Amino acid sequence: MADTSTIRNRKGPVTYVMRFGVIGYLAILVVWPLYEVTARTFAPLERGAEGGFGAFLERLQDPSVTYAFQLTATCAFWAVLINTVFGVGISLLLVRYQFPGRRILSVLVDLPMSVSPVVVGLALVLAYSSGQGWFGEALESAGIFIIGTTPGLIMATAFVSLPLVVREIVPVLEEIGIDAELAASSLGANGWQTFRRITLPSIKWAVVYGVVLSMARSLGEFGAVKIVSPGAEFRGETATILIQNRYTNYEEPTAYAAAFVLVLASVLALVVVSLIRKPEDHK
Amino acid sequence: MSIEVSGINKKYGDFVALEDINVSLPTGQLTALLGPSGGGKSTLLRIIAGLDTADSGSVEIEGVNATKLPPQKRNVGFVFQHYAVFKHMTVAKNVAFGLEIRKRPKAEVKAKVAELLELVHLSQFAHRLPSQLSGGQRRRLALARALAVEPSVLLLDEPFGALDAKVRKELRDWLRRLHDEVHVTTVFVTHDQEEAMEVADEIVVINNGRIEQIGTPDQLYDEPANDFVMGFLGDVTRLGNVRLRPHDIELALSPAVTPGTPPAFAGVIERTLRLGFELRLTVDVEGQGETTQVVLSRTHARALDLGVGTKVWLRPATGAISVPVLGVASA
Repeated sequence: MADTSTIRNRKGPVTYVMRFGVIGYLAILVVWPLYEVTARTFAPLERGAEGGFGAFLERLQDPSVTYAFQLTATCAFWAVLINTVFGVGISLLLVRYQFPGRRILSVLVDLPMSVSPVVVGLALVLAYSSGQGWFGEALESAGIFIIGTTPGLIMATAFVSLPLVVREIVPVLEEIGIDAELAASSLGANGWQTFRRITLPSIKWAVVYGVVLSMARSLGEFGAVKIVSPGAEFRGETATILIQNRYTNYEEPTAYAAAFVLVLASVLALVVVSLIRKPEDHK
Repeated sequence: MSIEVSGINKKYGDFVALEDINVSLPTGQLTALLGPSGGGKSTLLRIIAGLDTADSGSVEIEGVNATKLPPQKRNVGFVFQHYAVFKHMTVAKNVAFGLEIRKRPKAEVKAKVAELLELVHLSQFAHRLPSQLSGGQRRRLALARALAVEPSVLLLDEPFGALDAKVRKELRDWLRRLHDEVHVTTVFVTHDQEEAMEVADEIVVINNGRIEQIGTPDQLYDEPANDFVMGFLGDVTRLGNVRLRPHDIELALSPAVTPGTPPAFAGVIERTLRLGFELRLTVDVEGQGETTQVVLSRTHARALDLGVGTKVWLRPATGAISVPVLGVASA
């Protein structure tokens, strides 16, 4: 750590200018807008009306808002669960096995990062909607509806946040190498025992980190969900869609309150992540 | 026979790692696979352990055909070149791993772990994590972990590599003693001929994916099968039409011929190098293309008062081991 401390100790005018630049940039782009949201969340509705925390809570207790947050939480929970299981599986497949098409799979996993979520939503509609979708008709005849229902929302959310888990685990798997796993198998452990006792403990912080990140991403997902969901009150209206609907319907205070809750959740996620990262760095 | 390897072939793409390898290793023997890096010895060891698969050929362990068995069913202890200790487990947990997998009763596991830690002198470190151990200690931990499952064969990949010279020496003596105590059939891979000669009962010399020679250390040293084995097991130099060890050359200051000895080669000392107790001379022998290396003790050299430019006569010592130079008509 000697080199970083020497860098820190160099305090020339350039350091101050750069510091000021970075702080200013962050303030304009992030801090000030977020401050506005927070301030308006707790501002009185009209002149003379009651503001503050009580009014904020009251707005959140509206049944449609409660429904929206419950739906968002359900989607995020299932999406994260699915992504954790498949993310660990895909990571193991990508790192530990050689097979034709491995590179293509690796690129495909990254795709949701680069493709706009709106496109993801549209693609899901095209594939699964009961009218025109490829699988839609078959699924409909089996009595399964994906588009416009909660499973569809979960799918859209999972699609968008998949790479976050995989990209956290892959580098760690590559770094720990295969020797310990081979050692375990030469000591008599079968595949599952090796995974549970050796591989999983080695990648557990990467998994937790990936879960937190994809949780944060899932809570805030808008584009893909917006296309897949009917988006009406009590019918597929997630927290993010609620914010948009209320904002455009001149019910701004409710929109601000919901937005503030989402911000709070993200900040919480970041705090958790930085707490995890610290003990890891000290190793 | 504890390990019977027959007709093993292994290719990585175009590269032939092993070609028609046949070895049988008797029970209880300590064997070294010796050869230069990239010669295929580690690959052979991994194939015996089941960590790698051969393209063709078979491996038999304790009379059971293990060719198709996965590593966990071979009952083989493997010590990896880079330890491969389980970083998230304490020393004791590492050693207990194989026993816990086998669902042995807790009391038995505890007793066995204590016994093994005692054996590898790590008892006081039982509750430490591997990251708090030195390289040599980690190596011993890996060994204890492999021994815990009472393997029918113990395989060690470069067990003394990447350690400083003193620790290597200690570990070497210790492994030899351990083997005499535990008596498990042991195979280790090394590229250091001194290590192999000192520790092993038998040495298998592997080069370019082929076995060059199998024999006891003395056999290999005294009757090398070919140029390569001779060169690999020690320094070799040329004198006239033969290759021999530099310390097997007698040096004299006059051509005085004793009856019954071969004629001496005249030469001039080109360079001298002092290395501890010995003196290495480079001699330009008349009528010979390459120079000859001679090793003398310092005391001997001082008595003869040797220096650069001194004219000397060289002849193979009586009883010197030599092999003819291949492909050279005459010097």
